Amino acid sequence: MSALLEIRDLVKTYGEGEAETRVLRGLNLTLEEGELAALLGPSGSGKSTLLTILGTLMKPTSGTYMMLGEELTKASDRELTEFRNRHLGFVFQFHHLLPDFTALENVIFPTAVQQGRETAAARDRGRELLERVGLGHRIDYLSTSLSGGQKQRVAIARALMNRPELVLADEPTGNLDRESAEQVMDLIKEINENEKTTFLISTHDDKIADACKRQIRVKDGLAE
Amino acid sequence: MPYALKIALRYLTASKAQTGLLIAGVAVGVFVFIFMSALIGGLGVFLVQRTVGDISHVTVEAPGREAVSLLSDNPDILVVQQRGATQREQLRTADAFLPMIAAIPGIAATSQQIVGNGFLVRGQATAPVSVTGIEDNKVSAIADIEGNLVDGSTALTNSTVLIGSALAEDLGVSVGQVVRVQSDREAERTLVVGGIFELGVDALDARSAFVSLATARTLFELPQGISRIEIKLSDLNQADAVAARIASETGLKATPWTEGNASLLYGLSAQRNSGDLIKAFALITIIIGVASALLLSTYRRRSEIGIMRAMGASRGFIIFVFVTQGTLIGLIGGLVGAGLGYLSLSPFPVPELAPPGGLPVDVRQGSYGLAIALTTIGAILASILPARSAARVDPVTVIGQ
Ligand SMILES: Nc1ncnc2c1ncn2[C@@H]1O[C@H](COP(=O)(O)OP(=O)(O)OP(=O)(O)O)[C@@H](O)[C@H]1O
Ligand SMILES: [Mg+2]
Repeated sequence: MSALLEIRDLVKTYGEGEAETRVLRGLNLTLEEGELAALLGPSGSGKSTLLTILGTLMKPTSGTYMMLGEELTKASDRELTEFRNRHLGFVFQFHHLLPDFTALENVIFPTAVQQGRETAAARDRGRELLERVGLGHRIDYLSTSLSGGQKQRVAIARALMNRPELVLADEPTGNLDRESAEQVMDLIKEINENEKTTFLISTHDDKIADACKRQIRVKDGLAE
Repeated sequence: MPYALKIALRYLTASKAQTGLLIAGVAVGVFVFIFMSALIGGLGVFLVQRTVGDISHVTVEAPGREAVSLLSDNPDILVVQQRGATQREQLRTADAFLPMIAAIPGIAATSQQIVGNGFLVRGQATAPVSVTGIEDNKVSAIADIEGNLVDGSTALTNSTVLIGSALAEDLGVSVGQVVRVQSDREAERTLVVGGIFELGVDALDARSAFVSLATARTLFELPQGISRIEIKLSDLNQADAVAARIASETGLKATPWTEGNASLLYGLSAQRNSGDLIKAFALITIIIGVASALLLSTYRRRSEIGIMRAMGASRGFIIFVFVTQGTLIGLIGGLVGAGLGYLSLSPFPVPELAPPGGLPVDVRQGSYGLAIALTTIGAILASILPARSAARVDPVTVIGQ
């Protein structure tokens, strides 16, 4: 296994002066290709902050972030948009599906927005992914008509659409009941095993954490 | 289909009632625009038609004979000029000019005339009239006497006269009765009233009499030549140009109708300006309406926009989605408004044929293409601000919600 991403001396400070909050204080982290890692830590420890920076949606105050040979803290907005589209997948606590679109349309969004249109090939892959997450019978349903667990599975399919190297999941099971949460986690494990996609999952759920091969703890702004 | 267009369409169709209302609002603005265009244009046609319909568009006369001073500007000499009053200004060689004038494009009709003043006498009643001698086969060339005849016929012989209805009433004469015409040159003829017309123009109905050219010759003691040539144009807006051309080609004095009607032209331009102002307000209303609706929509869809950005949608893509929505709203609203405008203006007769007192809207002057184009451009401009604000949504601020 070789390093997929490497973070060095990552510092993230919110606010200024009196209101300054130092959330990450020189955090180092390396993720290998094909890892399935849980991100743990008490509420407010900075898990979401770290995932947002890894997702290139936010720049750190200082430190370096290398992924796939690129130094992402120095990239432009345009470069980051394209990088996200090709190499990163997101699953959020709140599914964040587009409400006026069907399950299939949601899943193929990352490909369609990159190609400028919805191709037959993209639709085929979208259908395949929806079948993989057990929603073959809900392909053309509007996303709003799906249950919470189903929505989250659509979100996972969407995160996988462009075959990203890394999927970042921020409490993906936080809003689900036990059974749905286990289904979602089984799905993630299966994809990780079959496709060698790297997952980093923040969670407060011990069962989810135990299901991961590696546990990363954020404490006092550092990772251990 | 381009993907951004698909998303724009989906957004528009997702809230049908809202989009429908927005398009209806745009359509109403476009309707106002088109109605104002048709009304101002129609009023213009109507007023010009009323004023100019029965008069000459270009009148050709002999040039005034101005004495030419052979003296250079010498301060020691005082020159007094006096116009010769013994000779009447007349076109002695009209026949030479007529083919030249008739060859100018845009001339619908010409009428050779001998004019003068006189009195119409019937028993003890006397009325001042302006007498016009016209060619007997061109009675209706300038004023539409034929179409406005209330009694008798327009056939003009050397012993008949055509008079206006008000004049006939003043004198108490009707068709077939005899009147005497006295000219200001002391000549007198007894003529039979051949026809009575009512053109709706006071000056013509109460003060004019039409006789044949031959009758006019004897009345005004003009054995040869004519007083003037009146000309009707197929497009009366060309009057200035045609008059200038006739003047330069023939050396005669050619007067366009616009010269005596400056106040009408001023009134028409003032009317156009106020119409333009109302149209501008209609457009501004459309722009504000579209901008506010789209701004509201970007606000409502903030979190979706943030997610699309996180998934790899560029700022340009987001801008395109919202500008496309604005464009579609403008285009559809424009088409609907223009269609409704056309449909509701169509039943009105064109101003040339409109009965007095009717609404003189001109369905041909609705500026439909312009209304649609300006509305679409306006809607595009209106969507730029919301689109830019949408493109600035930071995914981080919406993901946690
Ligand atoms: N935009 C912000 N501005 C100021 N402070 C922030 C901002 N976002 C997060 N913080 C602060 O940073 C700290 C870390 O927040 P973060 O959301 O990363 O924690 P977390 O580990 O994800 O917590 P949880 O488990 O509750 O989701 C918190 O103290 C939070 O108040
Ligand atoms: Mg969090």
